[in-house]
Amino acid sequence: MQENITLIQYFKRYLKRCITGPWSLMCGLSVSLKYFFDPRRIVTEQYPENRKTLKMHERFRGRLEMIEDQDGNNLCTACGMCERACPNASINVLATKNIAGKKVLGRYIYHFASCTQCGLCVEACPFGAIRMNQEFEVATTDPNSLEMILNKKEGQG
Amino acid sequence: MPTLPPGFRLQRETNTEEFFINMGPQHPSTHGALRLALRMDGETIVELVPHFGYIHRGMEKQAESMSYLQYIALSDRQDYLTAIQNNLGVVIALEKGMNVGVPEKGEYIRVMLQELGRIASHLVFFGCFGGDLGGQTCLLFGFKEREMIHDILEEVTGSRLTTNFFRPGGSRYDVPETFIPRVKAFLDHLEDSMRDYERFLSKNIIVLERSIGIGVLSKEDAIAYGCSGPVLRASGVNFDVRRVNPYSIYDQFDFDIPVFHNGDCYDRYKIRIAEIHESMKILRQCIDKFPKEGPWRSKEKPVRLPEGRYYSEIETAKGLYATYVVAATTGEKPYRIHTRGPSFPHIAALNKMAQGHKISDLVTIMATLDPVIPEIDR
Ligand code: SF4
Ligand code: SF4
Repeated sequence: MQENITLIQYFKRYLKRCITGPWSLMCGLSVSLKYFFDPRRIVTEQYPENRKTLKMHERFRGRLEMIEDQDGNNLCTACGMCERACPNASINVLATKNIAGKKVLGRYIYHFASCTQCGLCVEACPFGAIRMNQEFEVATTDPNSLEMILNKKEGQG
Repeated sequence: MPTLPPGFRLQRETNTEEFFINMGPQHPSTHGALRLALRMDGETIVELVPHFGYIHRGMEKQAESMSYLQYIALSDRQDYLTAIQNNLGVVIALEKGMNVGVPEKGEYIRVMLQELGRIASHLVFFGCFGGDLGGQTCLLFGFKEREMIHDILEEVTGSRLTTNFFRPGGSRYDVPETFIPRVKAFLDHLEDSMRDYERFLSKNIIVLERSIGIGVLSKEDAIAYGCSGPVLRASGVNFDVRRVNPYSIYDQFDFDIPVFHNGDCYDRYKIRIAEIHESMKILRQCIDKFPKEGPWRSKEKPVRLPEGRYYSEIETAKGLYATYVVAATTGEKPYRIHTRGPSFPHIAALNKMAQGHKISDLVTIMATLDPVIPEIDR
């Protein structure tokens, strides 16, 4: 591609840009400097230092956990709705029978490694037995610790 | 910008040998794992062939073994910069099948989150465009305001990127009380910042020289390749699904569709800046009219679609995003879901745009197309 301009026109434009070009760069630089020196424009969080005060929002989807009272009782009835809702098969609900022959929760196995924190399981639970907590520092060096059993006590509900 | 007059530089008489190089798949300016096979003559691009598939995940195949609700969560992972908009695209198709409506407040929540998502995506574009041209400061400027949007999204939806928020008949949660004041404060802040950012980049001589007249896509080509969104509108075609075929309640707002006519990189940059301002206009109207009371979700029903075919199209930040759901039997699972993403046609048109330009211009052209490779590969 070439434009049809004469040499004179070309040099005129060239000279003009010699002035406007550096000026535009200075304009940009002034914005940079403004943001560099103005403390009100700092947006970064001082992360490891503010760990004590850093709180995630209430709806933040962290790790899955079971809602339990002090004695470790939960509301889960081992219905398996959460297991079916999970897209990655991150949940295994193992049911067992109590003495009366009623189906109760045996173990609630949660594979954190494959969980995408989508929250569909919490949404699917008809009894409100599980929730997502606000934990976000979940990195670990031990892969085995990612396989969890969420209920502390067997045979509740 | 080729500013030399004819005859100013000696024409080369001898023919040079052509050669091939690969750009990508690991290249910072291809915005993901995309390989461009380039046939070069010196530094000039003769031909360009894009190769896809490095992060193909088979989402459409996966969808066949998923329930509809699970597919909403999967749609987050297509275009991760506008996850909230993909959610809506899927949900509208499901709503057509289930025949449910959305209460007024739910619609307002939808529109507001849509526009926030659009601004976030365009800010990433702004940052990457500057960054690809060599100004790393610009990259951080763009991401700074985007971070605030993601804070708002995190408070509302529970996640920053993979929102998984909309459901047939409304959304998963109501917005918290702090939502409207936060958006208002954010808009005031953004207005101030956008003034600075435009001063920073729009008149910058390096940007002007490297983008005006580069990568021109004519109106006819843009239509022929199926481009959409800002790329199409920068070539002079006034097409926006929000106006042409309004979904949600976009017909109740007063906003303009910016159209530019040169179709070069600079126009594609300007149009996105203009769209940020239009989105802010819509958001301000939403804040004024936001209903305080009322339901935000129609009565919850199990997501089961009757047999049939359902289609929805929405305008995401990148362009037209359409979902086609085929339900063979009444039930929870689709027979097939097809997605039409906006980035693929843009990359297809890349050859047309890049031919005859230098390889460094290719970086500019790629940046202004604003492609998201996971959305192409799916
Ligand atoms: S959050 Fe999603 S992926 Fe994780 S266990 Fe629940 S349903 Fe499965
Ligand atoms: S957590 Fe809820 S959905 Fe899952 S098995 Fe228990 S009661 Fe059923």
